[in-house]
Amino acid sequence: MATETLTLGKALNAGLRKALENDPKVVIMGEDVGKLGGVFRITDGLQKDFGDQRVIDTPLAESGIIGTAVGLAIRGFRPVCEIQFDGFVYPAYDQIVSQVAKMHYRSQGKVRIPMVIRIPYGGGIGAVEHHSESPEAYFAHTAGLKVVTCANPQDGYSMIQQAIASDDPIVFLEPKRRYWEKGPVELDAPLTDAYPLHAARVARPGTDATVLAYGPMVRTALDAATAAAEDGRELEVIDLRTLSPLDLTAAYESVKRTGRCVVVHEAPGNLGLGSEIAARITEECFYSLESPVLRVTGFDTPYPAARVEEEYLPDLDRVLDAVDRTFGW
Amino acid sequence: MAKGDPGAATRSKRAAPRTKRAAATGEPELVQLLTPEGERIESALGPDGTEYRVDFTDEEYRGLYRDLVLVRKLDAEATALQRQGELGLWASLLGQEAAQVGSGRALRTQDMAFPTYREHGVLYCRGIDPIMPLGLFRGVDQGGWDPNEFKFNMYTIVIGAQTLHATGYAMGVAMDGKTGSDEGEAVIAYFGDGATSQGDVNEAFVWASVFNAPLVFFCQNNQYAISEPLERQTRVPLYQRAGGFGFPGVRVDGNDVLASYAVTRHALDNARHGQGPSLIEAYTYRMGAHTTSDDPTRYRIASEVEAWQAKDPIARMKAFLTKQQIVDESFFAEVDEQARAESVHLRERVLAMPDPEPVTMFDHVYPNGSPELDEQRAQFSKYLESFEGSAH
Ligand SMILES: Cc1ncc(C[n+]2csc(CCOP(=O)(O)OP(=O)(O)O)c2C)c(N)n1
Repeated sequence: MATETLTLGKALNAGLRKALENDPKVVIMGEDVGKLGGVFRITDGLQKDFGDQRVIDTPLAESGIIGTAVGLAIRGFRPVCEIQFDGFVYPAYDQIVSQVAKMHYRSQGKVRIPMVIRIPYGGGIGAVEHHSESPEAYFAHTAGLKVVTCANPQDGYSMIQQAIASDDPIVFLEPKRRYWEKGPVELDAPLTDAYPLHAARVARPGTDATVLAYGPMVRTALDAATAAAEDGRELEVIDLRTLSPLDLTAAYESVKRTGRCVVVHEAPGNLGLGSEIAARITEECFYSLESPVLRVTGFDTPYPAARVEEEYLPDLDRVLDAVDRTFGW
Repeated sequence: MAKGDPGAATRSKRAAPRTKRAAATGEPELVQLLTPEGERIESALGPDGTEYRVDFTDEEYRGLYRDLVLVRKLDAEATALQRQGELGLWASLLGQEAAQVGSGRALRTQDMAFPTYREHGVLYCRGIDPIMPLGLFRGVDQGGWDPNEFKFNMYTIVIGAQTLHATGYAMGVAMDGKTGSDEGEAVIAYFGDGATSQGDVNEAFVWASVFNAPLVFFCQNNQYAISEPLERQTRVPLYQRAGGFGFPGVRVDGNDVLASYAVTRHALDNARHGQGPSLIEAYTYRMGAHTTSDDPTRYRIASEVEAWQAKDPIARMKAFLTKQQIVDESFFAEVDEQARAESVHLRERVLAMPDPEPVTMFDHVYPNGSPELDEQRAQFSKYLESFEGSAH
């Protein structure tokens, strides 16, 4: 089987290419996705090979991108929309939460919107304002949408294809600061063999405490686990992958073994995903917990200027600090 | 040229029939007062028959030239600073100096401007220290000037959003009774050709029209929205959109500082006198990349850039000043030297711009603070102190 080493960006590109090849109804649409290949080059070369009817440079209008994709979906296409940056999804927010999310429900299942909304998200790349946001909770809070995020090239490659093949509307969050990180990707494995889209996965087994992370923070959590191992502590890291529905089966099993749990995300802590996760773990694992579930998150401020983002973003030290606190109880 | 209220654009409204007084360089309906060769055109007619002319003193002509050169030089310095890692990003205005200086100088002190992220030339005309936008692009702040003091709002990165803010502000001007005379206030909203596709911009057109807001929509059509050419945004000339919304639209040669001034001054005066909104399409070209992280070779051909180079806004002003013997050679040398000195000064100050203290990220979230946030700040400070002596 062909295993190649690819960056997350290239893996996503390969996954999109596969999807375009396999299903003539798949169309990619967004700003600058054509000749430029997207500002992150995730759609690089696709318009050249599939034409401008399949890879569509849209007018500069996000509500238009999502709204017309709804119509295309009703017509039997499978639109894959690229939103250029996290902070620019809000002009389309009404279409996503009021229309995309509810069509299947309102039509009692007669209308399907098999749409994927790709959003490069999160900080850590030194960008100006509106380019570093973590909007996952807005979407995860909306019933009818599914929200997933990949953390490594293999998942990027298979999850994007699974999302496109799915009949659900899916918000597909891509951790932009990880686009350039490399990993092995099995390019020829059939999609049916891929790890299920809506399941979390143990990224590193461990016995002493459980760290739950997703998207850009998985790498940070793994680095923290490596550092903790040097101090003789074995952290289990779980990559949540699916944020809505939230799959916590692996997390429950893990926390029942370790008795300690730290949840990590970049988005502000207030009413973030970590709150939901901590509540559910407390309900499910109450008698196994040695200490409260702790959260390591961004602060409850707007995303700050780039020169202080390293302080804003949870890093290895803050994760280890939280792990220490769970042991101090 | 004196800051604030220079020159005078005179105007008179004529009834049809329209004559093509200034049929400019192949573009229909392009108001032009200075050709690429530096020839002055006495007056030019807009699509509704408005006659545009300017009447500047030699000193004012020199001032406009100085503005153009300074703005270009400071912009070039910022691009260089980005290349050297001192700025995270820079959105250059190269090629758009005339549209920005022309419209910026047409503003009166009482007028309010709502910019995008590229309006460094207008910012300069508003009397704001050119270091100000560099903080945003360096990543140390989010733009440091006081919008109320300078009547120049914050840069807006989300495309088109500011057009609605400008509309609301202009509605407020009218509600405050500040229109209807020469002392009236007018508002200007800047945006690009790409932005005209946004819902917000179209909603702004609707609102401004319905409420007769004293507002000038100033679209710098620089032919591209990142990689996408104008044809991806529209099938009709942008200025013609205005008609469908119920207000006048005009296309001006955006590389002609005189015409940009005349057309903007006229539209602002109409607005301040209570005649409602209008749309100006400044037909121009982005000579450089969209921003420093863009690669225009993927979507743009060199011959196109060359063709626009021949229409350079500074070169034509220089040719005009020389031909008319308004200046001698020493003037150009003096302006160049001033631009060089100011850019060196800018560079020094950028290099000296310190990173903010991390705790400042908790400042200004709410006007009166919040106990929860105060607690977070305190914990964060304690956490930072725990690294005392380490790299933190
Ligand atoms: C709502 C929104 N969508 C996308 C972007 C990303 N983006 C930044 S600038 C730009 C192109 C803007 O083109 P135009 O309006 O023509 O202005 P120009 O930069 O050419 O002056 C895009 C797509 C954004 N800033 N805001």
